[in-house]
Amino acid sequence: MSSESYHEPIELLSEPTKNMHRALVSLREELEAVDWYQQRAEACSDPELAAVLTHNKNEEIEHAMMTLEWIRRHNPTVADNIKTYVGSEGPILEVEKKAAQGGGGGGDDQKTTSTSLGIGSLKGKP
Amino acid sequence: MDLLKRQLAPITSEAWDQIDDEAKRVLALHLAGRKLVDFSGPHGWQLGGVNTGRLQQIAKGPVPEVSHAIREVKPLVELRAPIRLPIMELDYAARGANDLDLDAVIETAENVAHSEDGAIWHGFPDGRIEGIIPASPHKPIDVGSSHGWLRAIAEAKEVLRIAGVNGPYALAAGIEAYDELIAAGEDGYPLQRRVEENLGVTPIVWAPALRGGAVLMSTRGGDYELTVGQDLSIGYAGATRDEVELYITESFTFRVLEDKAAILLRRGSGNPPPAPPKPKRK
Repeated sequence: MSSESYHEPIELLSEPTKNMHRALVSLREELEAVDWYQQRAEACSDPELAAVLTHNKNEEIEHAMMTLEWIRRHNPTVADNIKTYVGSEGPILEVEKKAAQGGGGGGDDQKTTSTSLGIGSLKGKP
Repeated sequence: MDLLKRQLAPITSEAWDQIDDEAKRVLALHLAGRKLVDFSGPHGWQLGGVNTGRLQQIAKGPVPEVSHAIREVKPLVELRAPIRLPIMELDYAARGANDLDLDAVIETAENVAHSEDGAIWHGFPDGRIEGIIPASPHKPIDVGSSHGWLRAIAEAKEVLRIAGVNGPYALAAGIEAYDELIAAGEDGYPLQRRVEENLGVTPIVWAPALRGGAVLMSTRGGDYELTVGQDLSIGYAGATRDEVELYITESFTFRVLEDKAAILLRRGSGNPPPAPPKPKRK
């Protein structure tokens, strides 16, 4: 079996859910590797090895972002949240408040928006 | 104060909360298009149109040696539907009632949702909106009977693939189509699960404003775009001694960017009926 971390009987899971599981597990593994390389590079007493480990860490970050992009393309809620938070400016909790007021997240020109019901995009929502 | 003038309404904040929550619940339930198409916005009241990037040539300009063209812009449609509520009923909220009679809110929210969604699926020529179904160049696939869904969806998927439209694919189903899809098949296994598991089509969305069957479409992005200026909101119109008039409003337009990305699966006789059936509560 490619993964032993399913939480439900595999016969009840659809193919898209299994693929998403593969992606999420891969993302977790890449991020763990980033953490490990970071610690090893910092603790390493040999500068050349430290440089190699840092290089490896950066490669893992690239892998993590590629996996995250796959997840973004297949989960509209992830896409919406990335649009709202990634690359935003100012306190992150303020970004959440503004998104809730403007609705849907990722909207621009919010100064000209009256208080709406905050429905926005429903992609990925039941 | 903004255009909605909510602060002027003789309504307590407790009543506003219940009105907003009820409208939001009903709208989110009935708006199927927003669950499947790309969304741009909210951009606010000041957005009047969307740039299409196209030019419309003018045959004869003021100076014959100079050619002229005007830029094509897709204007936003602004809709507004009234809600009338008795003030006495709303005041119960301040006394602790959490079960206000908000049938008028529900009915208006359903109408507004069907207005937006109807434009997305069937178009709205006066609002310069071409819907997904009229724009599709694919010949509709007849489902035949309630047992024909799996075959028809598989066939529809193939049509989209041949047209170069890749997945993921989702299905928007009108009321009757949805009822048939969630029912158990001949072997007792729900048809909906078969469509999701065997054909990889997910989600299957309840689309009460969609008439004449169901639509299989790609949700890869870049094919259909709903642009919203002011997102769905409740405003205040006026009040008498006994009654307050509110309204639900929004400004939006919808663009078909790739017409080949959807196909109609026709269920029932011939073309969609002219008037939408009153949806059942889900």
